Amino acid sequence: MTTATTNSEAGREVSTEKEKWLRVYRQMVSIRLFEEQVNELYTRALMPGLAHLYSGEEAVAVGICEALGRDDYITSTHRGHGHCLAKGASPDRMFAELLGKEAGYCRGKGGSMHIADPATGNLGANAIVGGSVGIATGAAFAAKRQGTDRVAVCFFGEGALGQGSLYEVMNLAQLWKLPVIYVCENNLYNEYTHYTETTAGTILGRAIAFGLEAASVDGQDVRAVNEIASRLVRRARAGGGPAFLQADTYRYSGHHVGDINREYYRSKQEEQHWKSDRDPIKLHSKWLLDRAYTDAASLERITSEVRSEMESAVKFAIAAPYPSVEEVEKHVYA
Amino acid sequence: MPERELTFAQAVREALAEEMRRDSHVCIFGEDVAEAGTPFKVLSGLVEEFGGDRVVDTPISEAGFTGVAVGAAMTGMRPVVDIMFGDFLTLTMDQMVNQAAKVHYMSGGHWKVPMVMRTTLGATRRSAAQHSQSLHAWFSHVPGLKVVLPSTPYDAKGLLKTAIRDENPVVFFEDKMMYKLKGPVPEEEYTIPLGVAEVKREGDDITIVATSSMVQVGLGAATLLEKEGISAEVIDPRTTWPLDDKTLIESAKKTSRVIVLDEGYGRYGVTAELAAVIAEGAFYDLDAPVKRMGAMHVPIPFSPPLEDVTVATEETVFEAARQLCGKT
Repeated sequence: MTTATTNSEAGREVSTEKEKWLRVYRQMVSIRLFEEQVNELYTRALMPGLAHLYSGEEAVAVGICEALGRDDYITSTHRGHGHCLAKGASPDRMFAELLGKEAGYCRGKGGSMHIADPATGNLGANAIVGGSVGIATGAAFAAKRQGTDRVAVCFFGEGALGQGSLYEVMNLAQLWKLPVIYVCENNLYNEYTHYTETTAGTILGRAIAFGLEAASVDGQDVRAVNEIASRLVRRARAGGGPAFLQADTYRYSGHHVGDINREYYRSKQEEQHWKSDRDPIKLHSKWLLDRAYTDAASLERITSEVRSEMESAVKFAIAAPYPSVEEVEKHVYA
Repeated sequence: MPERELTFAQAVREALAEEMRRDSHVCIFGEDVAEAGTPFKVLSGLVEEFGGDRVVDTPISEAGFTGVAVGAAMTGMRPVVDIMFGDFLTLTMDQMVNQAAKVHYMSGGHWKVPMVMRTTLGATRRSAAQHSQSLHAWFSHVPGLKVVLPSTPYDAKGLLKTAIRDENPVVFFEDKMMYKLKGPVPEEEYTIPLGVAEVKREGDDITIVATSSMVQVGLGAATLLEKEGISAEVIDPRTTWPLDDKTLIESAKKTSRVIVLDEGYGRYGVTAELAAVIAEGAFYDLDAPVKRMGAMHVPIPFSPPLEDVTVATEETVFEAARQLCGKT
């Protein structure tokens, strides 16, 4: 981590650093509290469909998106709320989408698993595991061909390591030196199965085989994630080609909200360990306090501000109207 | 001055070259599309004019490069993907069906996928079961995709130019047995809208609705029928989606007898849909049930005498038309 020095230039840097890490804290809290509301909406049967919570993995989305510009691209997954928020989406329109309302990012037509937002470069969450690896790689192709310095980040879980198309596009990306970063969020479980039961060899070995820049990071440490993401993004912008980042993390909830009895695939002790000792928000708040960047009361204030923001976003979404039935045949074709 | 003639392959190439000159965002992805110009040599000369950045050779990774095309289309490019044999479309299905076709709708109209997938169809090339299928019905079934089936060099050029300019994913099927077919193609710029059928031959006694490779078969059968005193109208929908059902229904009402002819499998196929459209739209004007003629429900066999009976021919269409018209 960059450390503060005494000269005035660095003094400004300290202030920027502090702002940045407080912003990062707020972003992670936003995702956590967003997902709390989702859980609440779902269990109260106010939210139709499926809900896959990102809680526990916040440092990955936030650490990486903090290294991106607004016009850089991301693709996301069925567990995508964290990516959307970290890339800059606003909670009110996200909740509206989750409830199938017209005010949602996709006019209610996509739902939780398909939120997309051109304004923040979000090419869309994808409900096919590994389904967006081609899209992200194609966005990187376009960025390069159009002479921009945009990069594309492709988020996927370790379950997508089972999909052949990932290897096809990593091969292409390396051959064509595309500015794409494949981010494998290893939360240990392919749905209800531990990844070691589905994954031969090593995760990084897959990327190394194609010659990609490959690295792994503690996905609970937001500063470590951000540091390595910044390096890979700079490298991609400079024409250095694609990279693969394995972020080791943990999914606090079940595969989806209804996945309650999980002991046949993982123990309560294991869950408790991650929540108590490896929580990305706790770890980061401790760091902020240790460095005297903030105090406990200020952190508490952030949390309560975010909580009321989420509550009013939910209220907005519940009050928002559904799309009219005439909407059903719109947007099939452009 | 006599009208200029081009082969079907030349017409496709000219459409691509013109659109690539007109719009620098148009690029081609596929296996051996650059120096090789594809095994059918349809793309010969394009890499020399436009360079390897725009005529891009890919690894043998249909799912991968189709996915890349979807993403590139969403972010400002207009890719034309080359899938050498229509049978290989199976490898692209997730990218086309779950991604390309749905992105615009799922995003509430925010993202668009202006891409073309060019591929081939058609049997009788002695290429056996994995290089001979006509799978256009699969794509016609999926909302969000458009499906184009040109049957002449003129149509191939005009429809491909429109497909490239379209804001949606378009699957463009070329009959690989037709690449050497010659026909008039004017020098001057023209395009053909998607969703407009063409009456390829006018007639009064029976309508033959035919697609792609089967249009020439239908026209041949119409010539044979004329000698029997039966006047056959041949209609080419040119696109299975959007579909010009009005033209089909009007012709059916006029002639009261219809054969639907297509090289895809008959069962649950394009012929089934076209027959249903005509039956719903012209039922009270029909004097006979609509006759469907698609490929036999078998994997396309290698052995020539076996393969030859799997698809309709001028003779089988001629016989079916005679029977429909009450001649035995």
